[in-house]
Amino acid sequence: MADYVIEMLNITKEFPGIKANDDVTLQLKRGEIHALLGENGAGKSTLMSVLFGLYQPEKGIIKKDGKEVHINNPNDATALRIGMVHQHFKLVECFTVLDNIILGAEPMNGVVVNRASARKRVLELSDRYGLKVDPDALVEDISVGMQQRVEILKMLYRDNEILIFDEPTAVLTPQEIDELMEIMKGFKAEGKSILFITHKLAEIKAVADRCSVLRKGKYMGTVEVADTSVEEMSRLMVGRDVELVSTKGESAPGDVILKVENLTVPSKTSKKDAVKSASLEVRAGEIVCLAGIEGNGQTEFVHALTGLEKPSAGAVTLLGRDITHAPIRQRSKLGMSHIPEDRHKHGLVLDYPLEYNMVLQRYWEKGFQTGGFLKSRAIRSYSDRLIEQYDVRSGQGSVTIARSMSGGNQQKAIVAREIDKDPQLLIAVQPTRGLDVGAIEYIHKQIIAQRDAGKAVLLVSLELDEVMNLSDRILVMYEGEIVGEFDPKTTDTQTLGLYMAGAKRMDKEG
Amino acid sequence: MKKKNTAPRLGSTSDSLGSLLASLICILAGLVIGFIALLILGWITLAQDGNSVTFGEMLSKTWNSGFKAILSGGFYKTANTMGMGVRAEILQAAPLIMTGLSVAFAFKTGLFNIGAAGQYTVGAYFALYAALVLKLPWWACLIASAIGGAIWGTVPGIFKAFLNVNEVITSIMFNWIGLYGVNTLIYQGGTGAMYNTNTTKTFTIKQVSPESLLPTFNVTIGEKGYFGKMFLPTIGIFIAIGVAILIWVVLNKTVFGYELKACGFNKNAAKYAGINDKKNVILSMTIAGALAGLGAGLFYLSGSKEWEPLVSTALPAAGFNGISVALLASSNPIGCIFSAIFISHITVGGGYMDASIFPGEVSSIISGVVIYLCAFSLLFKSGIRKRFTPKTRAAAGNGKEADA
Repeated sequence: MADYVIEMLNITKEFPGIKANDDVTLQLKRGEIHALLGENGAGKSTLMSVLFGLYQPEKGIIKKDGKEVHINNPNDATALRIGMVHQHFKLVECFTVLDNIILGAEPMNGVVVNRASARKRVLELSDRYGLKVDPDALVEDISVGMQQRVEILKMLYRDNEILIFDEPTAVLTPQEIDELMEIMKGFKAEGKSILFITHKLAEIKAVADRCSVLRKGKYMGTVEVADTSVEEMSRLMVGRDVELVSTKGESAPGDVILKVENLTVPSKTSKKDAVKSASLEVRAGEIVCLAGIEGNGQTEFVHALTGLEKPSAGAVTLLGRDITHAPIRQRSKLGMSHIPEDRHKHGLVLDYPLEYNMVLQRYWEKGFQTGGFLKSRAIRSYSDRLIEQYDVRSGQGSVTIARSMSGGNQQKAIVAREIDKDPQLLIAVQPTRGLDVGAIEYIHKQIIAQRDAGKAVLLVSLELDEVMNLSDRILVMYEGEIVGEFDPKTTDTQTLGLYMAGAKRMDKEG
Repeated sequence: MKKKNTAPRLGSTSDSLGSLLASLICILAGLVIGFIALLILGWITLAQDGNSVTFGEMLSKTWNSGFKAILSGGFYKTANTMGMGVRAEILQAAPLIMTGLSVAFAFKTGLFNIGAAGQYTVGAYFALYAALVLKLPWWACLIASAIGGAIWGTVPGIFKAFLNVNEVITSIMFNWIGLYGVNTLIYQGGTGAMYNTNTTKTFTIKQVSPESLLPTFNVTIGEKGYFGKMFLPTIGIFIAIGVAILIWVVLNKTVFGYELKACGFNKNAAKYAGINDKKNVILSMTIAGALAGLGAGLFYLSGSKEWEPLVSTALPAAGFNGISVALLASSNPIGCIFSAIFISHITVGGGYMDASIFPGEVSSIISGVVIYLCAFSLLFKSGIRKRFTPKTRAAAGNGKEADA
């Protein structure tokens, strides 16, 4: 019999009206890396929440080392030496790395925290696993990659032997991803068991031994990663064949649609400029991608293009017209569409029904209002059409309050709205963030269709796969500057990664 | 989780039903607490006078000569001769509807108009000036009152939009500037054109400019008019109801309302959509001010009260009660009509209690408790939702959390 360190047997977790987990079995062997694969809403998080004691399952049992255990709350999970790196880190920003690691498990010397012994222990762990951190740095000052290492050290400090990684690579550069993979393999060699939640098949191929797949709450089976192709796994996950790589023809760039010259945007959080004299051009019929690690000025750059922020210098020209200081509405009328980075902050009025959100950029048009009165029937039928055409799923169709929709469908609604506006320039920021493979495939197709229809597309993405897949030209932004331009056909993610991390840069003229 | 299309979902209907039920629960609880307060206060008063009463007697006394009056409001038998009570009730309800609308309208745009009292005051001044000095017809006086309130609302709006000064702070300051400004302008050291040195009040509109008084109406029951012949109620209540409906239409059916609410719900998304949020903030405060000002017009142009510049040192109650009205109505313009009538009802009724035993302010306690509970109405609402649609909430919550 195999040596299972954790077994979740026949877990059923029902929420009224829906089975989040329907008879799911997950068996984690000691010393293996076990991937948990599934689309958004497939029930991965629910299953992990059950393991963590956040939910109690209706049916099924959990066994640790072959013995049945009851995990009623996260403290029980910690006591069973189960640790988790959450997708969104749980760190105290204004604390040092060391303090974050020991928080809640402080070694005490009477009433005083014994930092010296803690430091020794942390340094020892960090040496042993190659997790480089500076124990005295404040968390707010360190890179995302280092923050993740802090989270991992937290688990190690608590002697956890079952490590759960929830989508750990989403925020990392390719180099950092490679490092993380090595670290995970190191843990495995030490006999620790790893649960690795992801929807990136390449990463599963790279590190995982076995992979369990969930689809719509149901357990689809566990496969040996070595014997299973990427295509098979994706079929298990989605239930149909998915084009993992979007096929697109050659681009035929036409006239310059968007021209940005020496754009400088001040930062809101520091005295430095967020964008430093960045220039680019986007032509009709091409997808230009702005790649970079989060927080390198892409957000501010796009905000300045779309009018949400004011640049301090430089010029933006759309279709030959200077729009540097134009109001947002005018940019929109000129043919700019914007899929915003933050769908809750900018993209949607969450308390409005879906139909009102569908016309958010067009409600003032003749077709939707007469004499200041909204044409509710026109709005409804337009919204119904978009819902139908773009497969936006919601409880009550057009009258659903946007807040109650799932993130993926909210995103689809925004994409539908912005593309259906028939823009000359589509600015898409992270258009597939948090979406599942099926939805990503769909949105990618839409973006390519826009390009083929002769529209200019500026894509801002943190996902290198998406960058390589979609773009006709790649620009890398690092600390507010455009440090390189690449042709996706002649470059690879490793090269891009070096530029994204600031290790290399091209001369401006080159 | 993927949402099932068949899953029950919170719709607007059950949502407003929830609001209504929450408000009704607030009112009921307020009444119960008011009754207890009456009981205790009455008992203390009687005990001080040396009377000993049994609990049963006290209960019946509280009911008969106290609480019944509050419940009956303007319809309380002994007070309602010639419809006097009802007249008082609708006279007070009209300005309350307006200040309630004022606060509710601003709420919808994400603003807290605590300045309705000041706007009301300035509106009153403009109405009185138009009536007593310019001797304009009533409708022109009403427009004047709205303009006065609008001006007083616009200024905090401008501060908010361009300088990001919190409208609550500016509005509160403007309340007092408005009150003492109006007192000074009316009094002017005793030489004010509207000031009657004999009565130390403004002149009565009826004597100076009867044209400026709001038209009255009567209801004929059998052969006789319900309100008799002398003191007829004005059409103010109908104007207020009409405005409430108008505001509902503006908020729900027009492009303007769409933009205002978008700003109120999510300023960033509104900006993203190219909506001029600064303009909307100012306009919203202007309209809120105009509504409060119009409320003052409806009250002072009914001719039943004059302004007393020497003793008006407290902000008009209608202003702050407007906040209560709006809260009780969950900022629904139509709801404001009913909540204003309710508050007016118990206030007028409170005045009809046996004053030797019961303090009339108990009605303020009741409305106070009701409003206080309204602050918890969200809690009630979610409780009601849970009870009536138990499946929906959990599923929605699950949907959010299950997105891996």
